[in-house]
Amino acid sequence: MSETPLPDVVPTARKFPWGALLAFVGLCAVLGVVGVGLARSQQGTVVVGREAPNFVLTTFDGEQISLRSLRGKIVVVNFWASWCKPCEQEAADLEAAWRAYQPDGDVIFLGIAWSDIETDAKAYMDRFGITYPNGFDLGTRISQTYRTTGVPETYIIDQDGVLAAIKIGPFESVAEIRAVIDALRK
Amino acid sequence: MRPDHHPSRKILLALLLALSLGALLTAAAFAQEPTPSDDEVNRVASQLYCPVCESTPLDVCPTQACAQWREVVRQKLAQGWTDEQIKTYFVELYGERVLATPPARGLNLLMYIAPPLGILFGVYLVWRTLRKRAPAAAAPVEAPPPADAATDEYVRRLEEELRKR
Repeated sequence: MSETPLPDVVPTARKFPWGALLAFVGLCAVLGVVGVGLARSQQGTVVVGREAPNFVLTTFDGEQISLRSLRGKIVVVNFWASWCKPCEQEAADLEAAWRAYQPDGDVIFLGIAWSDIETDAKAYMDRFGITYPNGFDLGTRISQTYRTTGVPETYIIDQDGVLAAIKIGPFESVAEIRAVIDALRK
Repeated sequence: MRPDHHPSRKILLALLLALSLGALLTAAAFAQEPTPSDDEVNRVASQLYCPVCESTPLDVCPTQACAQWREVVRQKLAQGWTDEQIKTYFVELYGERVLATPPARGLNLLMYIAPPLGILFGVYLVWRTLRKRAPAAAAPVEAPPPADAATDEYVRRLEEELRKR
């Protein structure tokens, strides 16, 4: 019995699914961006025990102070705002602590006015007699670097530039401020 | 002492007084800067967001701090600053997050590109789906084309093989 050869079955040419590929890539891109955003938001504040991020503060007097240049000293970085009521609670205590340490020169206080108006910030400083260097958080770059969650927040950096303590909210007393600083003095 | 009865002196004195008064009034008028209206302030404020509140435009933000920022806008407008100069000033102080319309650069570009691309892609999908369905629904049902001999033979043998199993 002679067999007729089977006809070749010609598969129909399928087009490459460019549309699906584009949609997939787009979806991945969106998910990537959302993921990065979520990861950033989950990072929280900077970590105690690690090197404190450097910043340069331009004070209201026009002086530029780099955190790195203060290596060897204890640095108290206080974020505040003139419209912030809890900041008022600790303003006088911070100034009192600063005046207590100022003669020795081994502790530096830096005030960073966050999202404030210059005239209001200066009026606030006059009201509480603040004399340690203060300046604007221009473009909120410093607060973003430290990933602050609001004001007041205080970051205490040791002589090696390592973040030693974080205080979220106002200090209750001069004694509380001094207790943190004295623990770092050698 | 002789009294001064000279009429020209009196006229001169009166003229001097009038000139001084005129000069004073003119100076006062020049010293007053035009006060921008609330609408003008809100026009700029609506392009900015409150630097410390969550997603609140500056023109409708009810806090005391926002009222002060609107006053800053008013002062800057009174000093002759343009909208762009005021926005730049706010960005320098509070960062780009205060802008109602973020600049189209970096990751922000996605916000500008992704939605139109998504819409275009959606339109393309709809168009493709409709194009596929439309001829099938509209075209009259036709008799199947006559199968050629080779295919017939193939089908016959396939059925035969299937029957054997």
